[in-house]
Amino acid sequence: MTGTPLLDIDGLSLSFRTRTGTVKALEAVTLSLAKGETLGVVGESGSGKSVLSFAVMGISDPAATVTAGRVLFEGQDLLTASSKDLNALRGAEMAMIFQNPRVALNPIRPVGRQIEDVLLRHAGLTRAEARERAVEMLRRVRIPDPQRRANAYPFEMSGGMCQRVMIALALACSPKLLIADEPTTGLDVTTQAAIMDLVDDLAKETQMATILITHDLGLAAQHCDRIAVMHAGHVVEVAPTAELFAAPRHPYTARLIATTPRPGVTLDALEPIPGMLPDLRGTLPPCRYAARCGRREPVCDGGALAAHLAAPAHSVLCARPL
Amino acid sequence: MTALLDVRDLSRRFPVAAGMLHAVDHVSLRIEPGESVGLVGESGCGKSTLVRMLTRVLDPSDGAITFDGAEIGAIPAGRFTHRPERAAIQMVFQDPTDSLNPRFTAFDVIADPLRRLKGPWTRETLRARVEELADMVGLPRPLLGRFPHQMSGGQKARVGIARALGPQPRLLVLDEPTSALDVSVQAVVLRLLDELRRTLGVSYLFVSHDLNVVRLVCDRVVVMYLGRVVESGPVASVFDRPGHPYTRALLDAIPAADPTRVRSRIRLTGEPRSPINPDPNVCRFYGRCPIGQEVCAVTMPALAEVAPEHHAACHFSGGEGPLS
Repeated sequence: MTGTPLLDIDGLSLSFRTRTGTVKALEAVTLSLAKGETLGVVGESGSGKSVLSFAVMGISDPAATVTAGRVLFEGQDLLTASSKDLNALRGAEMAMIFQNPRVALNPIRPVGRQIEDVLLRHAGLTRAEARERAVEMLRRVRIPDPQRRANAYPFEMSGGMCQRVMIALALACSPKLLIADEPTTGLDVTTQAAIMDLVDDLAKETQMATILITHDLGLAAQHCDRIAVMHAGHVVEVAPTAELFAAPRHPYTARLIATTPRPGVTLDALEPIPGMLPDLRGTLPPCRYAARCGRREPVCDGGALAAHLAAPAHSVLCARPL
Repeated sequence: MTALLDVRDLSRRFPVAAGMLHAVDHVSLRIEPGESVGLVGESGCGKSTLVRMLTRVLDPSDGAITFDGAEIGAIPAGRFTHRPERAAIQMVFQDPTDSLNPRFTAFDVIADPLRRLKGPWTRETLRARVEELADMVGLPRPLLGRFPHQMSGGQKARVGIARALGPQPRLLVLDEPTSALDVSVQAVVLRLLDELRRTLGVSYLFVSHDLNVVRLVCDRVVVMYLGRVVESGPVASVFDRPGHPYTRALLDAIPAADPTRVRSRIRLTGEPRSPINPDPNVCRFYGRCPIGQEVCAVTMPALAEVAPEHHAACHFSGGEGPLS
């Protein structure tokens, strides 16, 4: 990494007010992303992956409160930015691919028009130019017969095609940062491979930085330069992909890798992770994984825990790393 | 050995505006007692239509379904509910949340098929049976009083499995039983299913598009593409030496949790052919196939043996074809 990172998340803590107490969904999350880099964020459902991406995009639920930290995008703090500034950034400089394309797309507007809308808003094109660009974008995401498909409504397209439209929409203004939140969940493996190849190719072409949020370690392994592992609102480990798989330092990461089905592993060798994510309401122990961890010692329940470097560019949040 | 389920030339066509949609086209399939068969293929390939015919909630257009020696394919779906085979073929659904009645407790969910298909019960015998099933799938008894929204994904998956096992089925159809679960829970549920199959001797038809999972829990695998079986055989043989380019592409598309693996991949391009009025002389994979030749456009390849018990429907699957 050189110079200032494109995105710098520094000590971000976020909680939700609910009727039954305050849910501490993120605590002291620190991550950075360089230009052109692909960062994977993995973890079980409920670990805070999507909450983190929503916070970065400034589209958190109204019940969410940021209690500490900063999110710097090219030096500008997104958390204190006015909604006018954010509106100028979102869609143009940073864009997001949502989990469920059928829900995220406007059901009563042709897909081509939805891409034109982004271009008209941010790129200052005329209607005719925007139309041309929208068709071009659909062509780039390899939608067959884009001229005709631009007039189609989302319900007329398959899940894989809708996802490609979402990608075209996100990439229309060549953003510097793309957040892909489970972009291929529910799609077939062949479609998944095609979509991810597309994101990879476009990222390389335009030097775009990507955050890939997924619960599929295999997908992250294949497409990311670095991987951040989240557990119960903590980033427990960040490391270059090859290093994370070869020598995980956090016990949770090791467990997660051991429980993922992969070639050459039998069912008996597949070790489940005991326990569940802790309840994020009320007071929480310094290590939120301790109750599930086989390596727990009194030191784990001691004072506050801080992420430290286990190797260059490899940070881990654990009192007794592997 | 007589097969538990023997499906011959099963087809289902749906009339649509543009013609006849061939959802399932001359599919043959056998499942032996106690065997676990994986059914894979992308969405739209006819997996669900096939499953709905096998579980007899949808009537076939042509073909025969023999279950345990009895021909059940010709019985109208509406009448099948009164047959003894209804209890013997049960299903575990994909989404453990959507497939549970939100107003039923776990007890009611498990007891419902028992009341309808088995019995007679007294209050005590029913409770004893439901508790036995809960123990079998590792669901703590105190959870039986809970509603679906009060349970975790893994617990709901267990309820769905207990419900299906209640009527003592001989064939269990599992439709992506773990795709909605986290990997940490997935391993537990897969182990449970494997253990239940061994202790109860139930046969599984395991529908999935996660080939890593199929590899773990199945003896044989059947690959479908656009309504037809393109390959079938023992898991080890199919995974190591796929005979059909589509199977090869499927295997190549699995993201492996191993960043060091070097990938030489078949990339599929283009969209699948239309299942509406398909030309019976053109290979269904033609146009998307990386090794397609002229012969593929004039002759539909038939399933041929490429290894013991291992069949593939490709002109180039034998010997030193372009795939090896």
